[in-house]
Order: sequence, then structure tokens, then C-alpha cells
Amino acid sequence: MTAASDKPEALSVLDRPNSYIGKTVPRPNLDRLMQGRGQYVSDIELPRMAHVVFLRSPHAHARIVKIDATAAKAMPGVVAVVTGQELAAVITPWVGVLSHMKGLKSAPQHAIAIDRACWQGEAVAALVATSRALAEDAAEAIVVEYEELEAVIDMRTALDPPTPVIHAALGDNLAFERTHNAGAVDQGFADADEVVEAEFIFGRHTGVTLEPRAVVADWNAAEARLTIYQGSQAPHMVQNIAALHLGLEERQVRVVCKDVGGSFGIKVHIYADEMATYALSKLLRRPVKFVADRVESFNTDIHARDHRCKGKIGVTRDGTIIAFEIDDLTGIGPYSMYPRTSAIEANQVVNLVGGPYLTKNYRARARVVFQNKNVMCQYRAVGHPIACSVTEGLVDLAAMKIGMDPVEIRRRNLIADDAYPCVSPSGLRFEKLSHHASLNKLLAMMDYDRLRVEQAELRKRNIHRGVGIASFIEVTNPSAAFYGVGGAKISSQDGVAVRLDAQGAVICQTSITEQGQGSESLTAQIVGSVLGVPMSRVRVILGDTDNTPYGGGTWASRGAGIGGEAALQATKILRRNILDVAAAILQSTPSELDIADGIVVSSNDGAPRIELKELARIVYFRPDTLPPGIQPELMATKHYVPREYPFAFTNGVQASWLEVDTETGFVKLLKHWVVEDCGTIINPQLVDEQIRGGVVQGLGAALFEKCIYDERGQLTNANMADYLVPMSGEMPDIDIGHVVSPTTESELGAKGAGEAGTAGAAAAVANAVNDALSPFGVTITEIPLTPQVILTALGGL
Amino acid sequence: MKAAAFAYARAKSVDDALQLLAAHGDRAKVLSGGQSLMPAMNLRLISPELIVDIGGISELQGIVVQGDILSIGALTRHVDIQRSAEIAAYAPLLAEAIAYVAHPAIRNRGTLGGSLAHADPAAELPACVLALDATIVVHGAGGQRRVAAVDFFQGIFQTALSAEELLVAVELPIARKGGFHYFHEFARRHGDYAIAGLAAHADIKAGVFAELRPVFFAVGDRPLLARAADRLINVAVTPKLLSEVSGAVGDALNPQDDQQASASMRRHLAQVLFRRCVATMLDRPELARGTA
Amino acid sequence: MTPTSIALDVNGERVEALVLPRLNLADFLREHLHLTGTHVGCEHGVCGACTVRVNGEIVRACLMLAVQADGGAVETIEGLSDSGEVTDLQDAFRNRNALQCGYCTPGMLIAAQDLLKQNIDPSREQIREHLSGNYCRCTGYQAIIDAVESTAQSRRGRL
Repeated sequence: MTAASDKPEALSVLDRPNSYIGKTVPRPNLDRLMQGRGQYVSDIELPRMAHVVFLRSPHAHARIVKIDATAAKAMPGVVAVVTGQELAAVITPWVGVLSHMKGLKSAPQHAIAIDRACWQGEAVAALVATSRALAEDAAEAIVVEYEELEAVIDMRTALDPPTPVIHAALGDNLAFERTHNAGAVDQGFADADEVVEAEFIFGRHTGVTLEPRAVVADWNAAEARLTIYQGSQAPHMVQNIAALHLGLEERQVRVVCKDVGGSFGIKVHIYADEMATYALSKLLRRPVKFVADRVESFNTDIHARDHRCKGKIGVTRDGTIIAFEIDDLTGIGPYSMYPRTSAIEANQVVNLVGGPYLTKNYRARARVVFQNKNVMCQYRAVGHPIACSVTEGLVDLAAMKIGMDPVEIRRRNLIADDAYPCVSPSGLRFEKLSHHASLNKLLAMMDYDRLRVEQAELRKRNIHRGVGIASFIEVTNPSAAFYGVGGAKISSQDGVAVRLDAQGAVICQTSITEQGQGSESLTAQIVGSVLGVPMSRVRVILGDTDNTPYGGGTWASRGAGIGGEAALQATKILRRNILDVAAAILQSTPSELDIADGIVVSSNDGAPRIELKELARIVYFRPDTLPPGIQPELMATKHYVPREYPFAFTNGVQASWLEVDTETGFVKLLKHWVVEDCGTIINPQLVDEQIRGGVVQGLGAALFEKCIYDERGQLTNANMADYLVPMSGEMPDIDIGHVVSPTTESELGAKGAGEAGTAGAAAAVANAVNDALSPFGVTITEIPLTPQVILTALGGL
Repeated sequence: MKAAAFAYARAKSVDDALQLLAAHGDRAKVLSGGQSLMPAMNLRLISPELIVDIGGISELQGIVVQGDILSIGALTRHVDIQRSAEIAAYAPLLAEAIAYVAHPAIRNRGTLGGSLAHADPAAELPACVLALDATIVVHGAGGQRRVAAVDFFQGIFQTALSAEELLVAVELPIARKGGFHYFHEFARRHGDYAIAGLAAHADIKAGVFAELRPVFFAVGDRPLLARAADRLINVAVTPKLLSEVSGAVGDALNPQDDQQASASMRRHLAQVLFRRCVATMLDRPELARGTA
Repeated sequence: MTPTSIALDVNGERVEALVLPRLNLADFLREHLHLTGTHVGCEHGVCGACTVRVNGEIVRACLMLAVQADGGAVETIEGLSDSGEVTDLQDAFRNRNALQCGYCTPGMLIAAQDLLKQNIDPSREQIREHLSGNYCRCTGYQAIIDAVESTAQSRRGRL
């Protein structure tokens, strides 16, 4: 009858009155960004700061015979010209391997190349001057003698005997190979009524963050401390690595991340030129700024998704998918990236193919080979787009082969919504997914049947529209299973410290980071909700290793699930502590009190008892007025790490509706839909906007984006006129719906949502294009689907 | 990407500019709108010693009708063309083409003279002035000369202008009654350089072409007038004839292979554009689709 | 090579400076005047992050030399914010979350305001077209279009 369920502490944070959880509220502190008063790294100026420009190899593979910097050193404004050899005295090389990627091998990489440049764009010398322009002038005066070497630029032949081995000590160009065999695949294909095979080819992509990579490294020799201003997603990781390679203790390194102009994984890695910048600051004993220009960004920001994947699917006449098989080949750069390795993407592909489906027979091989091209590593949705495009492409091919509607074949093969928990053939543990509920919702949102009628009508008039569907699963909230187990000092836990300030406002320090997705907002929403204070009275501090708890940061869609849970737990403790003090002051008991709108109130009738402002005043300035023995504690810290599930999987489904002009090959995207299940949603608008942004990156992949290398290993489209990113004129509106399956592992129940859009968008578009072209008997399994590719497939040329 | 150092001179008049150019020859570059020059300098693709800024020369401004000639000053910006009542009335092809040129911020600075002097084979305005049978007015040390558009564009970034000359104006015959125009380009995204484009001017009487000047751009090293289209003049245009002429038009092209499109793709798109152009101008949509 | 003296108006304030000819307007604003709201994204005029107003019209600051701005009036996002000219657009952006990392936002706001000054009732397609030269990697554009559309609607309502 009472009351246990009415007690405030018995209500979950999601149910408390005035809770911000599940509400769309505007993000705090956007004004400074909208007024142009943010602080991006390139905005930072420090006294005596110098600028570094890197001279970069024009060759894909070349021995550095001689560097003559005499003329360059004499140029106006030049502070120093430093070669790889000279910098090696200050900073040690690294190797991008992790022990849990069995067999992964890579050669040591230096901050600036020594003796040999291994990709066009690799830095071979550093020019430091009083301005970027003067440093560029000096770079023109350096004379470098190269001996060009044969370059490995085709992943298909990288392992052939005649192809030169890039790093002789490694023996061959194979960085990593993984095979997986589950069930009885050969039997499965034998039993199948139809077997379909295809080779899926993906364009090499890059992130094209609007703010290029930038670092200001400030070595203060008097303090023996290095402060690094950088837009990194993982500041503690940077702290650890900078200290390690510069011979410092971690406490001698502070990493500060203020505003970041886009990251998407690009700025979560360790780059040679950024390490060189840290080292140069130490060497020259003054702040050094590096801001990549756009051409440098294209040539040196990590690339991703360069895969050729052979896929095979076996299906019975009644639409049961019996087996999946893939043989994936990916060509990375000459080094596995540090410290997250360039094997993770291929590993994810093996893990994720077939993920949404019941099929137990699955065999996979993935090989990662070195090339003399730019380095490659994790970029938003790592591996998911490949796995989803291959899986969903094969499913559509199977459907076409047996004459079944693509929705119907999915209905027959997606894992049932009540089948959880379960394990995939690749060993993934699913807590609770909702493939069918999501698909049903999607079909209703898009009015699938009406689109099919419209498609049929327009086909009679020679107008070719297509609808494509793509189901997917997404890895979020990773535990140490991702990196830690392999020896990487990348934290899989995060922490939040909350305190009441002297005016009764809340100061919150969190180890997750912000790049625009709303980490600050979700933290403030959770803290405000759990404590009972308006968001406007919560100040969130992030991105500073000196001023936040130790943590992993924001990547792999872990900020809300992990950082959010830490915020929730820390705030619960603060709330309890406050009520303990309030009870003492008010001669009551904590269970008779609650906090609402920044005021301690009676829990039974909500009557205000004491404002937090007043409580803080007493605690900080008049503890003499408190009952004897009380030691108030108005600060609390909690960390959170996922322990039960190595990853919190989410699921979703996307659809694309488009028109193909079969005379010109041009594709017009008409509409896009996403239904996403990411568990508890803290701020619906922020989640939806993450999905939209992710979808558009996937649409870019489907139609526009590709790093084009020529036969000499030169990146030929390293500018924004030739590498085509999606602009507003070509993008559709995107409708989003949700199903909610919270994780029970945390109290918050939130999973991640940052990468879902990118995971499935290209697959949906490719399926839609093939659907549109089905009257022509044409199937294309290559992206980007440029007009040239489409017209060639149609035989129109 | 910071430009290399250069000296800067702001020319006060055409003569002033010409003197500076004569003194420095090809080590100087004319700065008009800067929308093509600046990217090239920022990328250090070019490093001139001297920049001659002609942006303040009032003689180069203005759009004036003189008799049956429309004279457009070299410093006329793309946005001025878009807004001009005279151009809307007398050279609507130009106004229509401008919407495809880059983006608003670029159009607020880019100039007609700059675009023509730069002669990017994928640019819209050179094709338009050729379709309109324009005359390019050039000033040099030796005085003024007039060059027909067809003689002005000579190759990739190559024109009849010498390093010591200035393009001062473009003269167009005023559009007469019965004048039709067509403009379209295929580009991957709004404002991108075209993969293939067509600017055309025609005189049509009672559904029959009296004159037809289709000019392709982005399919060769310069804007190309499709003379094979003359076969459609003063005859009834049938689907079969259009198909033949379209084939001849395509055969006369020698497009380049590059990242955006192969030569055969460009040729194909040019033919699609040609058919759509004729169909639109004659208001006969059924002509737009080629015969299989 | 020789520093040139320029005098211009920046956000309503008279500025006199000695600049090298090769200094572009974006770098002049950012480095000489410390108005860092104008962002640099590509330096070849394609991304739109450096969009400012010169003599009332939007331009790419990376494609203009500081010396070309001599005698002119330059307005940056800081100026448009402080004058209140784009406050309603900023409110709409905030409410609709039409910015994430914020790097494209100054250029986007200036370009959007340029559109609304010319056309008080733009269609979504017209909004997309006017902003088609401003790159955003975070939002996928839809929220930006929504925010501009709703601002146009409320401005019409106030007519």
C-alpha cells in the first residue's frame, strides 16, 4: 500500500519527476559556437609559438638518400629544420600491434621517416618557422634526393611472390589474417537450392573533418611538463602514449581538448606528424603548432574501408538462408596504425557478417595487407558498412534468385525478437535485439506497399525508382575486450566526479569527450535528473586530463552508455550525501526528503525545506552550525565499466528510396528511413541527429566518396573539388523511428547510437539501385555508384 | 596552403594595368575576382611575382546596350549578370547559366572577364559567349582589338590573350525575336564543374531551326561549337534524323578521360544533352529519348 | 613582398593595418584581429567554412586578399551575432540542434542569413541550393534546413 514504490529513491532515474532523460532539450553552451567564439586548436595562440610544416614524400616508396637543409635554414623566420634522424633522439618509434589480434605484425614507425618514405605524403622533414607561410617557403628550399623504389599499390597482388616486400624483416606484406568457421558451411551450400556469389568492392574513404587535424604542443622546460592541445577523442590515451615515447611520466603530460571541429574516429588515432610536433616542442623548448592543410589531411588522415570482399550465400527455395561465406581482402598502408591497429576493421567484418540472421553456418577469411598508400584505421562504424553491405547485398541477391520479395526473405531469416540472449555464429553475445519490431516499424513508416505500387507505375513510363532495405547490428559500449585485452593502454572505463559548489550549483567532471555529439548535454541531463536540479545549474567539464577522472573518452559509441552510467551513479551518491546533510540540518531523515528544482523538499508533499544554495552556504562557511560529528561530503566520484557483455549490441534497419536516370547513370536520393534500437534514449533529438549525420556519411560512401590512387601510388584527388563529399543539394530528408530495448547491465540502460547511421546507409542505397535496375538484369556490387559505374553496368557506353 | 610571396599593384586604369603587364610579362598575373587565381596560388600551383589587381578600374564595369550590341564590362560579376535586367532581356542564356556556376559566395566575386580569360574547359560562361557568337574586346599596348569568341578559346587555360593584354569587355548581338536558348550540364553536385555541358542559342520559326549554335563544354580542351548540328537547320526534325545528327555530333568530339568520366561517358552524355536540347527548343519532348 | 597599408571597417569598427599582399582575408581576420570565428577548412574556396560578408555580400574569405578589402566593410560572425542580426537564426539552430561540432556553423549562419535577406519564403529545395556550397560533416544537413525554414516562417509571421 505504501509507499515503497512511492519513495523517491525507489523510482528509477528514468521515472523521476522533471527528469530530463528521454527529453529533447537544447544542448547547453551552443552560443559560443554559434557566435564564432569557440576554441578550436587552430585558434590557440601561445607566447613564442612557432609553426611546423612537414615536407612530405612525393613518392609512394622511396629511399631518402640525402636531405640538404642549408638553404632552408637560412630562410626568413625559420627556427629549425629537423630530420627524422634528429628527432629520433627525442621520441621513440612505435609498433601498431595488439596481442589479441593473433599474428598481427607491423614494422616500427618513426615520427618522421628515417631512410625511407613508405607512402606519398609521409613526412620526411619538419620546418619550424614563425609562421606557416614562412615555413612553407622554407619547405620549397629544402633539397631532398630520393631513390624511387617499387611501390606496392594493388592489394590483389600484394602477396604475390614478384611483389616487393615493404618491410623485409616482416617476411611478407601480410599484416594479419583471420579465419573463422562455424557450423557446417560446405554441407550448407550442398543442401542449398541456390547459391549466389558476388565480389563486393568498396572505395577507400577518409573522414574529411571540416576542422583539419591540429595540435599545439607546449613543452615548458622549467616545469618539465608538456601540455598538448589537441582535438582528440581519447585524451588519456594521448597522455599515456606521449609520455611513453618522450620518456616522461604520465603526470608530466596534460592533454586538453576544447572544441573539436569534427572527428568521427579520425582524431582518435596517434599520428606520426602529431607525435613529431610534441617532440619538436620538447626539442625547441617552445610551443609548436601544427595545423594540417586540406591537402595534407587527404594524404595523411587515416583512410578506411578499402576492401574487396567475395561473398557467397546459400538459400533454399522457401527462403531459408543456409550459409554465409566471405573472403575479405583489405589493403592498408605500410604500417598498422597505433595503438588501435589496422586489423580491427577486418576483424569487425568477420565478426559482423550475417549478424542479424538465424543462419548458423558461417565461414570467413579476412586478410589485411600492407601497401605503399596512406595508413588506414578506424573511422565511424568501423567494419560495419562493409559487413552490412556484403550481408544485405547477398540477402537481396538470394531473394532475387528465388523470386522472393526482399522484405519477405528478411522476415524469414532475422533472429526472432524473443530469442535472446543468444550468440551469433561469430561468437557475438546479444542481450536483446529487435530486428522484427524494427522492420515492421520501418515498413509502416515508409509505406512500403505504396512505394512498390508507385515503382511499378513509373516503370511503365520508363522511370526507374528503387527501394533498398538493410538490417544491421552495431557494436557499442565496448569493454576491455576491444583493446585492453591486447595490451593497449586504452581505458574501457570512464569516471564522473560531481560536486555542489558554494552557490548550490553542480560542477561535473567527466572523462568522456565532446566532438559535437552532445556528451556535455547528456551528462548534464543525467546529473540534473538524478539530483533534481535544473540543467542550467549544471556545469560540465570535459577534455582535460588534469581536471577529469581517468577514462576512455568518446569512441565506438560508448559515451552515453558508459560515461552516462558513471554520471548517474556518481550523482546518486551526491544526492544521498546532500540528503544526509539536509536531514541533519532539518532534523529529519533522508527518506523524508527529496530534491526538486534545486531545492530540498519534503518527499510526501513536495514542500520546500531548504535550498541547495543555503545548504551549500552552511556546509562550506558555517559548519559550526551543524549537529556535532557531521562531516558533510558534497562531492562524489564513480567510475563505470561494462562487465557482463563485451559489447552492447544495438540493431536497426534502414531503407533508401531513389531514382536512377538510366540514360545518364545519375542517381537521385528521394528519401531515407532509419529505425534504430539503442536502448534508453537520453535526448531523442541528439540521437536522431547522430543517426542523420551518420546516414549522410554512408550516402557519401554509396555514391560519391573514393580516394583515387594511380598506378604510381599517388593520391590523385587530394582536395575537396575532386574528393566528393555530400553537400546539402544532393541529400534527402531522413525519417527516424525507434524501438527501445534497454540493456539491463546498467541502471541507465543506454546503448550507443553514434555509428548506426553509417553502418547501414550504403547497403540500403546499393540495394535500392539494384532494385531500380532489376528490369535490366543488372546487379552492381561496387561503391561508389557513380554515373560511370552505373552506365557501364547498363551497357550504355 | 599559403601562397608564395608576391608584389601587389592596384591598377588605376586600363593603361596603368597594361603598363604593369608590359613591364613584367608572364611573371605577372591579373587579379580580377580571384576565384580561380586564389586557389591556384594557395596550392602553390602558380607563384607569380606580381599581382595586378584590376578590381578598381571603373572602365571595366557596366552593362550597356549600344544599338544592337550588348556590351558587358570585364569586371561584371556573375551575380551582376544574374541580377541584370539588360541581360535578362537581351542575353537570357547567360542569366540561366549563372545559376550553375559554383555557389553564391563565389558568384559575388567571380567576373565574366576572369572566367573567359581563365578558359577552364569545364566552365559555363565561355560556352555561353561562344553560343551567342560574342566578340571579345581586348586591349594591349598596340591598342584595342576584337576577337571572335570562336577564335578566342584556344585550349586548356589558353586564349588569344597575350600576357601583356587585358580582356576589357564582351560584346553580344542582342537576342532577337525568335531567339531560343538552352542550357544544361551534368554535374555530380550543385555547383560542381560539369562532367558534360551544353549551352545553345537558336533561331526558330514555326518549329524549324533557322539557326542553331550548340556549344559543348567539359568534353574537350575548349568550348566546342557542334557544326554537325547544321544538318538540323531548315529541315523537319524527325527522331531518325536527330539520332543520326546526334551521332555525328558525338563523333566530332574527342573528350578526355579523367576521374570523373571516361571519354565514351562524356561523348554519351553530350549526345543526351544534344537530344534534350533539341527536344526542349522545339517543344517536342518525345525527341529527348534516343532511338534504341 | 612589401607590406601594404590598408584601412577598412570590420564589424563596424575602423581597422588600420600593415599587411603583406599574400595574406588572405581569412588569415587577416583570424591572426591580426583575433576574430577566430571565421574558420579555415580548405583554402581553395570549396568548403564554405570561411564565409564572411564584404560590402554586404557573402564571400569566401580564403579567396580574397586582405589588401582587396581596403576601403571596404567586412562583417564576420562575431559582428552579426553582436548586432543581433542572426539571433533568431541562432535560436532556431539551437532548438533544432542544427550544429554539432560548430565548425561549419559561422559560415552556415552567414550563408543562411544571405538567403533569407533575398528570399523570405524559400522552399526546402531553395534552402538546400543556397547552402549547397557549405560543407557540414556532422549534421547531414536536414536539421540546418529545418532551422532555416522555421526562421523564415517566423520572420514572415513578424512582417
